Amino acid sequence: MTPIFDWSFAFSILPTLGEALIITIQATVLGMALAVTLGLALALLRRSKLFIVSAPAAVFIEFVRSTPLLVQIYFLFYVLPVTGVQMSPLVTGIVALGIHYAAYCAEVYRAGIEAVPRGQIEASTALNLSPFRTAVGVVLPQAIPPVVPALGNYLVAMFKDTPLLSAITVVELLQQSKMIGSATFRYTEPLTLVGIMFLLLSLAAAWGVRRLEHRLARYGGKR
Amino acid sequence: MEDYDVLVGALSTGLWVTVKITLGAAALAIPLALLAGLGRLSTLRTVRWTAMTYVEVFRGTSALVQLFWFYFVLPLFGVQLPAMLVGIVVLGLNAGAYGAEVVRGAIAGVAPGQREAAVALNMTRTQTIRRIILPQAFPAMLPPAGNLLIELLKNTALVSLITITDLTFRAQLLRSDTLRTTDIFILVLLMYFALALVITAGIRLLERRFKVR
Repeated sequence: MTPIFDWSFAFSILPTLGEALIITIQATVLGMALAVTLGLALALLRRSKLFIVSAPAAVFIEFVRSTPLLVQIYFLFYVLPVTGVQMSPLVTGIVALGIHYAAYCAEVYRAGIEAVPRGQIEASTALNLSPFRTAVGVVLPQAIPPVVPALGNYLVAMFKDTPLLSAITVVELLQQSKMIGSATFRYTEPLTLVGIMFLLLSLAAAWGVRRLEHRLARYGGKR
Repeated sequence: MEDYDVLVGALSTGLWVTVKITLGAAALAIPLALLAGLGRLSTLRTVRWTAMTYVEVFRGTSALVQLFWFYFVLPLFGVQLPAMLVGIVVLGLNAGAYGAEVVRGAIAGVAPGQREAAVALNMTRTQTIRRIILPQAFPAMLPPAGNLLIELLKNTALVSLITITDLTFRAQLLRSDTLRTTDIFILVLLMYFALALVITAGIRLLERRFKVR
């Protein structure tokens, strides 16, 4: 009879899981890069004075935030090819993660922008700065640093959502462990190891975010 | 395009399952969140550490990995649960862990003078928590709790991956039957959106009712 948790088996599958972890991290990093840029664009669109620009942006943000990521992933995976856009499952997954979290990031940026004192914008107007220079030169440099920790929390959240990509055949950490499970009939070790890997990495990331928060608070993060 | 009612009819059974799982998991998550949130403030170290471990483990790992672990690994330890129960329990445990932080935050937000006054009036710890702290912390819990409920609703889509025929699973079945991929997924997204709006409206109502004066 094999033990409940076979350590030597667990060690033997670590390299395979490590390779899959690289895909998971890749999806997280690229997805987050997309989310922070797209999120900033969405936040600025939402603040536009033109109703035809701000209203669709607001509806888009609300809609994306209140529908399941899994369904959005399926939507992109099955519907995009119909419209003629061909992407690999991994790229589709990264785009889905990026768009989903962009909606969350947009709200974070919005909070940051709204916290910039009005006097700053009034001063820019008095100095005859263009709206673009006001945004890029005055508002955003003050709006973004305080919200970096909040963005960091979404990085951790996105990391924990990457297993959803297994539903569209991306071989990331969870899919790899299921493949090991179905090949060896042992699910305990691969699934437990995946759980532990997620726990350790997200605890480490959460610790990193806290450190960052302290550091930002020290260098003029206060208002 | 004109026979949308056929698709809606086929999807509505799944919608009902999604609603049931959301309600079931919420019914588990709310007491758990209170328990773990209060547990983290306990004077007993064992209670504090148990609550902290629960919160960190369920917040630190992926919800889908948790579902798979309970569905595939627990049977090997001799605990065989039906998929539906696994879905409700895991999503409830997951939401409860996030909810515990909401409870803790709201309690920390109650003015310290309130607690001191309760001590001065010689109230017991239980009395203080039940009659002084919680009633004042409750309104502050509502907005984040509403967000968490929407998160929970969205997480129910994950149970389709452990063979439960919820809304998302129905969509997949219907897709392979009818090949009307775009219509189906747009409908499904709208259905989830509608449910989320219901939750938002419900929380708004509660917020208005329990507004701090």
